[in-house]
Amino acid sequence: MEKTQVIVGLGSCGIAAGANKVYNKIKALKKVDNLDFELKQTSCIGMCYREPLVEIIDESGSYLYGEIDEKKVVDLIDQHIVNQNPIKDYVVKTDLFKTKDDVFFEGQVKIALRDCGYINPEIIEEYEERKGYEVIKKIASEKITPESIIKTVYDSGIRGRGGGGFPTGLKWQFARNNPSDEKFIICNADEGDPGAFMDRSLLEGDPHAILEGMIIGAYAIGGTDGVIYCRAEYPLAIKRLNIALGQAREKGYLGENIMGIKGFNFDIFVKEGAGAFVCGEETALIASVEGERGMPRKRPPFPAESGLWNKPTNINNVETFANIPWIIYNGAEAYAKYGTEKSKGTKVFALTGKIKHGGLVEVPMGITIHDVIFKLGGGIQNDKQFKAVQLGGPSGGCIPAYMADTMVDYDSVNATGAIMGSGGMVVMDETICMVDMSRFFLDFTQKESCGKCTFCRIGTKRMLEILTRITEGEGKEGDIEKLELLSYQIKDSSLCGLGQTAPNPVLTTIKYYRNEYEAHIRDKKCPAKSCKKLLTYEVIEENCTGCTVCAKNCPVDAIDGERKELHFIRQDACIKCGVCYDKCKFDAIKLS
Amino acid sequence: MRIRRIPGEMEKVDLPDVDLSLIDPIIKKYKNKRGNLIPLLQGAQDLYGFLPPQAFEKISNDTGLNLSDMYGVATFYAQFRLNPVGKHVVKVCHGTACHVQNAGTITDSLKEALKVDDGATTEDGLFTLESVACLGCCSLAPVMMIDNETYGNLSGKDAVKIVKEIKISESN
Ligand SMILES: Cc1cc2nc3c(=O)[nH]c(=O)nc-3n(C[C@H](O)[C@H](O)[C@H](O)COP(=O)(O)O)c2cc1C
Ligand code: SF4
Ligand code: SF4
Ligand code: FES
Repeated sequence: MEKTQVIVGLGSCGIAAGANKVYNKIKALKKVDNLDFELKQTSCIGMCYREPLVEIIDESGSYLYGEIDEKKVVDLIDQHIVNQNPIKDYVVKTDLFKTKDDVFFEGQVKIALRDCGYINPEIIEEYEERKGYEVIKKIASEKITPESIIKTVYDSGIRGRGGGGFPTGLKWQFARNNPSDEKFIICNADEGDPGAFMDRSLLEGDPHAILEGMIIGAYAIGGTDGVIYCRAEYPLAIKRLNIALGQAREKGYLGENIMGIKGFNFDIFVKEGAGAFVCGEETALIASVEGERGMPRKRPPFPAESGLWNKPTNINNVETFANIPWIIYNGAEAYAKYGTEKSKGTKVFALTGKIKHGGLVEVPMGITIHDVIFKLGGGIQNDKQFKAVQLGGPSGGCIPAYMADTMVDYDSVNATGAIMGSGGMVVMDETICMVDMSRFFLDFTQKESCGKCTFCRIGTKRMLEILTRITEGEGKEGDIEKLELLSYQIKDSSLCGLGQTAPNPVLTTIKYYRNEYEAHIRDKKCPAKSCKKLLTYEVIEENCTGCTVCAKNCPVDAIDGERKELHFIRQDACIKCGVCYDKCKFDAIKLS
Repeated sequence: MRIRRIPGEMEKVDLPDVDLSLIDPIIKKYKNKRGNLIPLLQGAQDLYGFLPPQAFEKISNDTGLNLSDMYGVATFYAQFRLNPVGKHVVKVCHGTACHVQNAGTITDSLKEALKVDDGATTEDGLFTLESVACLGCCSLAPVMMIDNETYGNLSGKDAVKIVKEIKISESN
């Protein structure tokens, strides 16, 4: 009989939810009670809304338990391990019976995420057991040519997952066409879109898949050196990448004459980013690796011709690389079977915001937004009204609820004015103000603009000022038109994607929610009741008991009133912090 | 790019007290390597928690890098600090997911509890309060990170409680 296994999910999200404590508790229980099972770790399986997750695999099957804390885990070990009596109520996923969380996995197809949550990312053998590094061995034993690798990638139809959506096979062909003594292959792990974490999960959960993708890429284009540019906010990802690199070198997947392939010399290094969103743009990334300010450069020449240190360079996203070993192993048709005519395969999305099942999902291209949010995602938190979803982060746009039948593929999403982006899906409900959202994004792009192009540098600042003014009730007639004009000017006069797409959130919200802008400007009202400056807090006479709690808690002493008498808010002094509203036990403060 | 202007007239500043010899191993490691500027600054910042003016000069003298290039890089990237930070850095996430889940309240509550502005350090030198864009734990929004520990699903109260607990453990 195989030993029972207890596996704890130790990705960043799990750890933030307390998984380390759970792991240590199990370890302690095991020691104290001298229990006989194997304690292991894995990374994120995508079910972030049920973290911390603990999986127990025994003779009868596998049980994934959700929301396990230090207290529950004592029960769990006692019941399941000692008494061999699984606690059904805690189970979120098992092959043995149905659970209410099964919907989260129905419709998912895991290609990029194939190993995440199934292997211990710090042990190379666990990756190898799941067909890891098979492709490299196959290349060596069957003498597969670089050309045929590129052909398979091209035929699979995979397009870059970093946001641009450029066909990866074509990009590799360009890089191959430029002979050079040195050729670089760069993995873009800068993941700048705030509100997205697909790449982090992959880096933490399956680092070897990314390395293998890069090694295959290097073989195909004739690459000599690899760089993974990883943002510094991901310390766990960097740690696991470095462990994986050491193991891959030891096993001969990296180094000289890799797997006996004569003349195939290739190694990879991790480069830590220094916190600049624009460095996700490929030419800025190259400047940053070269040790300069991360400012984009003019293209052409494209990196495939002259990139890092003026040598031919191929840049791909983390998720793109993670797909490659699967595609080569299973063939182009197996991949192209999924998706739509022009967007093949699957895409990973990070579901966040006001959604019940927040986490990572991988779905075939062409699924509708509605299905992602309401089937897999379980709908909106607290059963509020679904208002819009933001795709593509600060470069993207909002897609309103009534367009939820939009399919997720590059062309359908572009048609709405948003972009596919790297896979962030921020779900918003009725309480979110669209004007405030565009102000939020402009605030971000304005800070992150590298400053090279005048329109991007100053134009975004002017737009931010106008938007801030509108959300503060100081909007003027003509502001919407001014925003539109500035948007087109910025789009036309910016060198890189940051500037060219920065106005997208504003343009899409004006397109779909013009009435909200008008309500702010004309009526000085925020329909979503979110913009602080446009709210007033008032005491409801009938409910006020004169308990003085509001007055005591008001940070600016804006509330007058004697004990047991009606209280009163002086509007000129109130800073709309909402404390009185939260503190009043008698619902005597109203917000309008 | 977070623009920081150089004061028109050089203010007289008291140079912080730092042991410059600590940087020697880093200089040795990266000297004469291409693309070494950022790793050198990152290494120096790891040692001191920020980039003291003398470190710039020393690195420049020992490696031949231009002071102006170094300053340009140090002011371009959000990671580099030119001022000392508190013992614990509290990073409150203001990425999209956290913004939607009311990250503003977290910062406001911490500002109130610690009596500091966003980006500033408390008088006792214990905490520096910062805003960052996305810590990659968006499904647990709102999120904050103190030193290397991440906390999710916060309310303003939770955040204050966590900070207070650290404060108490520091005074013991
Ligand atoms: C402002 C800006 C930020 C970007 N950020 C990222 C990023 O964080 N990660 C990424 O993979 N690509 C990012 N890109 C896209 C890259 O420039 C590049 O297209 C991509 O890395 C290519 O890989 P792919 O073909 O595999 O998608 C960004 C582009 C722009 C304009
Ligand atoms: S568009 Fe903006 S971020 Fe891009 S190069 Fe110009 S100024 Fe820099
Ligand atoms: S909203 Fe804040 S400032 Fe205004 S009255 Fe209430 S507690 Fe005072
Ligand atoms: S938006 Fe806060 S962790 Fe991603």
